[in-house]
Amino acid sequence: MAGELSVAGADLELIDVRKDFPGFTALDDMDLHIPAGQFFALLGPSGCGKTTTLRIVAGLETPTQGRVLIGGKDITDTKPHERPVNTVFQSYALFPHMTILDNVAFGLRQRKVEDPIAKAQAALDLVELGHIGERRPQQLSGGQQQRVALARALVNRPSLLLLDEPLGALDLKLRRQMQIELKAIQMEVGLTFLHVTHDQEEAMDMADTVAVMNKGRIEQMGAPEALYDRPKTAFVSKFLGQSNLFVGKVVDSNANSVSIEVGGSKITVDKKRAEKHEGTIAIGVRPEKATFHESKPTLGADHVLIGPGEIIDIRFTGVSNQYLIEVPNVGEITVFAQNVGKSPVVELGAKVWISWKVEHSFGLRDLPDGTEDLG
Amino acid sequence: MKALRSFWSGLKRGSLPVYALIALVFLLTPIFYTIVFSFNKSLRRNTVWNSFTFDNWTHICARQDLCSAVGNSIMISLISTLIATALGTALAIALVRYRFKFRSAVNFALFLPMATPEIVMGAGLAGLFFNAGVGPGFVPTVIAHVMFCLSFVVVTVKARVQTLDPALEEAGRDLYANPSQVFWKITFPLLLPGVLSAALLSFALSFDDFIITYFNSGSVNTFPKFIYVAAKGGVPAQANVIASSVFLLAIVIVLATQISSHFKRKRLQHVK
Amino acid sequence: MAFAAFGSSAPTTQGQTKSGRVVLALLLPGLIYLVLFFVIPLVSLVLTSLEAPAASGKIGEYVPGVDFANYSYVVTKYWPQIARSFGFAFLATIIALLISYPLAYFIGVKVRSRPMLQRMMVTLVIAPFFISFLLRTIAWKQMLADHSPIMEWAHQVGLMSPSQSFIGSEAAVVFGLVYNFIPFMTLPLYTSLERLDIRFLEAGSDLYASPAKVFRKITLPLSMPGIISGTLLTFIPIAGDYVNASRDFLGSSNTSMIGTMVDADFLQNRNYPAASAMSVVLMGIILILVTWYVRKSGTEDLL
Repeated sequence: MAGELSVAGADLELIDVRKDFPGFTALDDMDLHIPAGQFFALLGPSGCGKTTTLRIVAGLETPTQGRVLIGGKDITDTKPHERPVNTVFQSYALFPHMTILDNVAFGLRQRKVEDPIAKAQAALDLVELGHIGERRPQQLSGGQQQRVALARALVNRPSLLLLDEPLGALDLKLRRQMQIELKAIQMEVGLTFLHVTHDQEEAMDMADTVAVMNKGRIEQMGAPEALYDRPKTAFVSKFLGQSNLFVGKVVDSNANSVSIEVGGSKITVDKKRAEKHEGTIAIGVRPEKATFHESKPTLGADHVLIGPGEIIDIRFTGVSNQYLIEVPNVGEITVFAQNVGKSPVVELGAKVWISWKVEHSFGLRDLPDGTEDLG
Repeated sequence: MKALRSFWSGLKRGSLPVYALIALVFLLTPIFYTIVFSFNKSLRRNTVWNSFTFDNWTHICARQDLCSAVGNSIMISLISTLIATALGTALAIALVRYRFKFRSAVNFALFLPMATPEIVMGAGLAGLFFNAGVGPGFVPTVIAHVMFCLSFVVVTVKARVQTLDPALEEAGRDLYANPSQVFWKITFPLLLPGVLSAALLSFALSFDDFIITYFNSGSVNTFPKFIYVAAKGGVPAQANVIASSVFLLAIVIVLATQISSHFKRKRLQHVK
Repeated sequence: MAFAAFGSSAPTTQGQTKSGRVVLALLLPGLIYLVLFFVIPLVSLVLTSLEAPAASGKIGEYVPGVDFANYSYVVTKYWPQIARSFGFAFLATIIALLISYPLAYFIGVKVRSRPMLQRMMVTLVIAPFFISFLLRTIAWKQMLADHSPIMEWAHQVGLMSPSQSFIGSEAAVVFGLVYNFIPFMTLPLYTSLERLDIRFLEAGSDLYASPAKVFRKITLPLSMPGIISGTLLTFIPIAGDYVNASRDFLGSSNTSMIGTMVDADFLQNRNYPAASAMSVVLMGIILILVTWYVRKSGTEDLL
């Protein structure tokens, strides 16, 4: 079955694509290349331009400028119904006046493919809904509708499958389950998937490559682990997980590292993990990479040490405890500590020092307020 | 005392259903009367109950002029419904789906005919035809009927277009349907219920119209005109027969669609 | 046929000309119709109302002019009809609203849990649309005629003095108008009450509002759109109606309305300028009243 649906996906290229709407620019000279067969996620908050990108690829919007290429072929001026692209819509957009089987067979019939019903049935079987072909969309649950929408797109064997927040309407548990299924189907059919979402966990979980979008631009692109480990902008560091960010002037710089001074503490980052090496820069660390100590520890130069500070809030989230520590002249720092039974017994108001390994620091290109320090 | 209070609260609770029942009976009484008197073996005037007969139903066209008036009415209503529905549906789609200059002006212009009393529209059109040297007759009547049905069609279809998710049409385009296929395979079937009810409303308005018709039809007789003129001397029982059969037909159609959609919905819920 | 050219976007230059063509194709036929057979007739009505009798003095012949004499003529001669038309419309609209509201409330809110019954009741409300309103009015005329059982009873109980007839009175005309327009009032009321979220009412009672207060503060304001469109759909046609007031139906020569005079001047006396002036007066007063009413109720977007 999978063999019948699988085709080599094609690669997608956006060259210098811009989209202006009256009063604002949704996409700002975007360049993007998605290799064939990839699961690619566009991640960003609402209004960041990710859906516009997807609609331009589908042909539902015309770019103000720029070219769109699929498999090397320029399709910028090709109409939606003539593009080798199919979409799973956010609302699923199943035709309410047709049965499920007719919905899935719609694209096949339009293209006059032979034996549309048998192929549609096979696609429904793939998403494990082969038994409900005669029902109407209104009779299905959200998760079932989602899978039908997927089958309806997949059955056409598009070079590129577009997914517009396809899991957004599902509840959390179903969403996680569908993520696994969707990923499995993608591996099975080997198509190029372009997935648009605002759910970072979903993007990180499923995609080979994630592009984080903000204000009509791609802020950073890469493998999920790399993005998380080394965010390059303040936006990415905050949108993907949480970060503690420190801003200060570079006071120390050698072959391997740069250091800034914040409120009397020295914060160091490896040079190869920093985007900027002079002036005022921001250095960050993930809360789970930091630990705290009830007495001042003795640590080498391979550690950053801040403190003392006061614990002002403790949250129990099950797997870990989240501590909020106020350090005079530095600000608030969040530290996650695993709940492994031997967690340090601290109470609100306790005096603690915070430390992490220098190799966990990351240096940003911009400052937390989004501006870049030009001086 | 307690009994009195519970009686009073029971009365209060029961009063709304009783009121609704009385109001509905009030609405339906003249209909009932009209149907009953279609079975009256009337003398010259069908005003007093004489005796029961089927004669009026078996000899509907005993009054030839009545039957030809009804024929005219059906023709006029059919033609004007067709034209008004086509024009109105196009307007409704444009008004909901497109942003253009003067959109609110067009909306207002389409509201105005509904805010115009029939007598004004009727006299205005009759004056126009008179000034243009076109005598009243069949065509002016159809033109007038299309005009007063148009706004009602727009309002009805607009409501339906508004409920239509644009993503459905986009999905159609995405699935290789060209613009005209999208319209005929997706947009139109989904709008159809709205278009049909607009057409029904249009037909009902047109069939029952008297004032505008009176001003523009000249020597062409219609069913309402026949009744209006006959009211002076006495309406023949055959008019009741025709009105009753139109009524019963319409009610049966409405009830049938309602019952079928009720059970369809129930079945849908059941499967879920 | 490019219906698919919709879209939330601002079209590009290419898209704009295309979707512009589509909009024109959709709009133009209807708009041309509207201009030809609605706007022009209204303008010609105004022009006709300013015409003067032809020098030949022949009945039915007039020359274009700017003669406001027609207006002073109709206003001085027909002011009772003008007053009656709007008085009847006002009264009948209020009575129809009072009768329709509880009915619409019952169908739209109370019967909501039983959709089948609700549909049946709505069908009964619109049932009168399916049968000639002229015949229904004649039915009332005969049911309420002198010596009819209902009137015999009314005389006996003393509701009316034996010498009085109901048919032919102003009360009978208002009665007929109310009856004929109840469905036009009930339907929009029902539509807005049917959408009313019962949780609002429950929240109201939860917050210690008495039933009367819940009605005044929540139900009534939320059903305002229905009240506005219901009253408009009732008031406007009633002001222009003259069938109920006709002596062959429920009225007499003492109940004539504006429409009666337009009919007489236009179709019998062939005094087109007077009939036109009368129509313009009717339309003008309605427009002023409706504008004031819509502004006052703050529902301009309703249109």
